Amino acid sequence: METKKILFTGVGGQGTLLASRLLGQAAMEAGIPVRVSEVHGMAQRGGVVESTVMLGGLKSPIISQAEADILVSFEPLEALRALGRCSAGSTIITNTVPIVPFTVDLGQAEYPDMDYWLDFMKNNFARVCALDADALAKEAGTTRAVNVVLLGTLISLGEIPVSRQMMEETIRQNVKPKFIDANLKALGLGFERAGC
Amino acid sequence: MHPLLSEDAGKNMLLLGNEAIVRGALEAGCAVAAAYPGTPSSEIGNNLFFISQEKDSPIYFEFSTNEKVAMEVAAAAAAAGVRSLTCMKHVGMNVASDVLMTLAYVGVKGGMVIITADDPSMHSSQNEQDNRCYARFANLPMLEPTSPAEARDMTVAAFELSEALELPVMVRTTTRTSHVRGPVELKTLPEEVKRKGAFEKDPRRWVPVPAVARIRHKVLLEQIEKAKALSEASSFNILSGNGPLGIVASGVSACYVEDALMELGCADKVSFLRLGFPYPFPRKKIGAFLKDVEKVLVVEELEPFLEEEINLIARDLGIDVQVMGKATGHFSRMYEFDPFMVKRAIADAAGLELERPKRPDLSGIPTLPLRPPVLCKGCPHRETYNAVRDALKELDLEEKAVYPTDIGCYTLGLLPPIQMADYLLCMGSSVGTSAGFSISTDHKIISFIGDSTFFHSGISSLANAFHNRHEFCLVILDNSTTAMTGHQPNPGIEIRPPGYDKPRIPIEDVVRGLGITDIHKVNPYKKKDARSVFKDVLSRGGLSVVIAEAPCILYYRKFGGKK
Ligand SMILES: Cc1ncc(C[n+]2csc(CCOP(=O)(O)OP(=O)(O)O)c2C)c(N)n1
Ligand code: SF4
Repeated sequence: METKKILFTGVGGQGTLLASRLLGQAAMEAGIPVRVSEVHGMAQRGGVVESTVMLGGLKSPIISQAEADILVSFEPLEALRALGRCSAGSTIITNTVPIVPFTVDLGQAEYPDMDYWLDFMKNNFARVCALDADALAKEAGTTRAVNVVLLGTLISLGEIPVSRQMMEETIRQNVKPKFIDANLKALGLGFERAGC
Repeated sequence: MHPLLSEDAGKNMLLLGNEAIVRGALEAGCAVAAAYPGTPSSEIGNNLFFISQEKDSPIYFEFSTNEKVAMEVAAAAAAAGVRSLTCMKHVGMNVASDVLMTLAYVGVKGGMVIITADDPSMHSSQNEQDNRCYARFANLPMLEPTSPAEARDMTVAAFELSEALELPVMVRTTTRTSHVRGPVELKTLPEEVKRKGAFEKDPRRWVPVPAVARIRHKVLLEQIEKAKALSEASSFNILSGNGPLGIVASGVSACYVEDALMELGCADKVSFLRLGFPYPFPRKKIGAFLKDVEKVLVVEELEPFLEEEINLIARDLGIDVQVMGKATGHFSRMYEFDPFMVKRAIADAAGLELERPKRPDLSGIPTLPLRPPVLCKGCPHRETYNAVRDALKELDLEEKAVYPTDIGCYTLGLLPPIQMADYLLCMGSSVGTSAGFSISTDHKIISFIGDSTFFHSGISSLANAFHNRHEFCLVILDNSTTAMTGHQPNPGIEIRPPGYDKPRIPIEDVVRGLGITDIHKVNPYKKKDARSVFKDVLSRGGLSVVIAEAPCILYYRKFGGKK
């Protein structure tokens, strides 16, 4: 089976861990060997939260520099920070809505010009999807579903052996009943409207 | 029902390593568990806690006040023939080590499993000590899983080993085995769990006065000899492949090796010995392995625990084999490994080409703004720090102030703009080190300790401070929870998880009971009042305690409404 190293990154509170867990769950249900690694501990405090999903029989829980097959970033600055983990052949999916770190307000560093850097990504990496996942989540009925929108986009690319149907089933079984509809809608919007 | 109590044998669940350990304990019929939280072990205690709150729960669990107490609770249960478990982060083992070293002498009757979760790279710790050394130090058998499925299997096996040897058995994880998820196929839960045992008195075993301890030390060494035979035969020590290059690894390092061998396509040209039961060292197995290879690469994070033994074995058996590892500069004694690092070392040793995938030129990326962890918006700790700082400013004492601190969310007071954390060793150290600073300097000493940390290891140091007339102001940050590690209860909490009905110990009563009279309570959100209390206290000498009482806002949101 082909292996895939998928890196999720985002900011504490954005639901990166839930996204990787849902993908892991869907893969397991589909009989695909999977390992998911999570960052716990200080993560809630607004820091960078990374997780990985390793498909196809890989045993390592983490991804080295230049070795991610797919990067899914919940925030554009975090996509830029994680570029070192990608190679020219990598696929990058990123939300375009910034969450400005407080260190910018303190004047310690500037928030980079993301228009420039998104172009840079498009010109230098094999496949890049940049989308306003916040808007799509809102349209689906809950701003908290940014993670599921991005999962929808990830699945739409056809690079991993997890289908939309499998993911829908996993959402039905693992999300609290009152959020299921919004999450299914978010998945669909991420799938259909990613624009890439 | 708690998902880990699922009766669905045969079903696959995507479990965290820590959850798999809990499932293993349940499948093994463990009836008593006790722990003090600490990352990366915390989800073990958290899950056991919620399971123990269920109706007809098969297991007793408590959050003990510290790791030493937790280990004592579990030890006695095991002495009475009941299966027990305790878990802790690596530094927790230091706190419990006084118990551990002698518990190894007296041993157990019911199986007892000690989980130690180490933290290479210090993702959330103050050091990266390698607790495999404790297995050797205390002479206790140790297992080391590489995946959640193995974590479950090894937990079950550890109970059996423990009963067979009448010794507690250690299971060692690291951040990357505790916090990884993988499929675990559930096995059946026992129909009946032995919840009550009976303690059979035997002072020549259970009371290690010198005459008894001398006998028990001998017994321990005999038992560890028997354990050696078990590790020699263990199916957790797996040999695969066949070639002139040997590799030995355990824990997550073994995962990196496996992936590297697959990606380099050389799995069958390399002899790979994976040690899941590394202590006591299966010396014969390792010896036979060394005879068959020309050189051996030892892949292990932190200390050269296996490497040194392998060198000894080679020397003892007169085997001419080149051992590559930390001593030879192939790997570092610091920090965790990553897959590429291991792959490169293997490629070098095997004489294979290895290129990193091509990466676009990223040198133009500017310095990116960081996202350091911060106190939550509205966190009460921040208000307390501000009140103390303002009071010191008004007294013109800010320049003179030194702030010994402690471990918890409030340690983030280290960072700007607060910067009121000057010295830290370990949990509870704020109090003892304040005493040291107060006698050896003319600084104004104001120290900070959290409520959970106070119960963990602040009380005896505060008794010391009063008795020996040390002069400082101790601020106890009582946020009604153990916030840093995920909001576990402690004896002082006023806001409680649903169903938590254990008696409360107000911190103020404890402090008063120690003889201290200069005690004050403040609500840090009432800025003016808080500042004036601190001003009053800090203008005097002597020993004073200020309890800053306001719940952690995250915890309050979770349980604040439900009393
Ligand atoms: C010996 C030891 N055990 C456990 C830990 C993990 N740990 C770090 S801080 C902390 C508790 C903090 O609780 P508290 O003092 O109440 O402060 P809060 O985080 O609530 O502000 C724990 C359990 C540790 N560092 N050392
Ligand atoms: S979790 Fe609670 S104690 Fe910790 S920083 Fe947030 S509000 Fe403060």
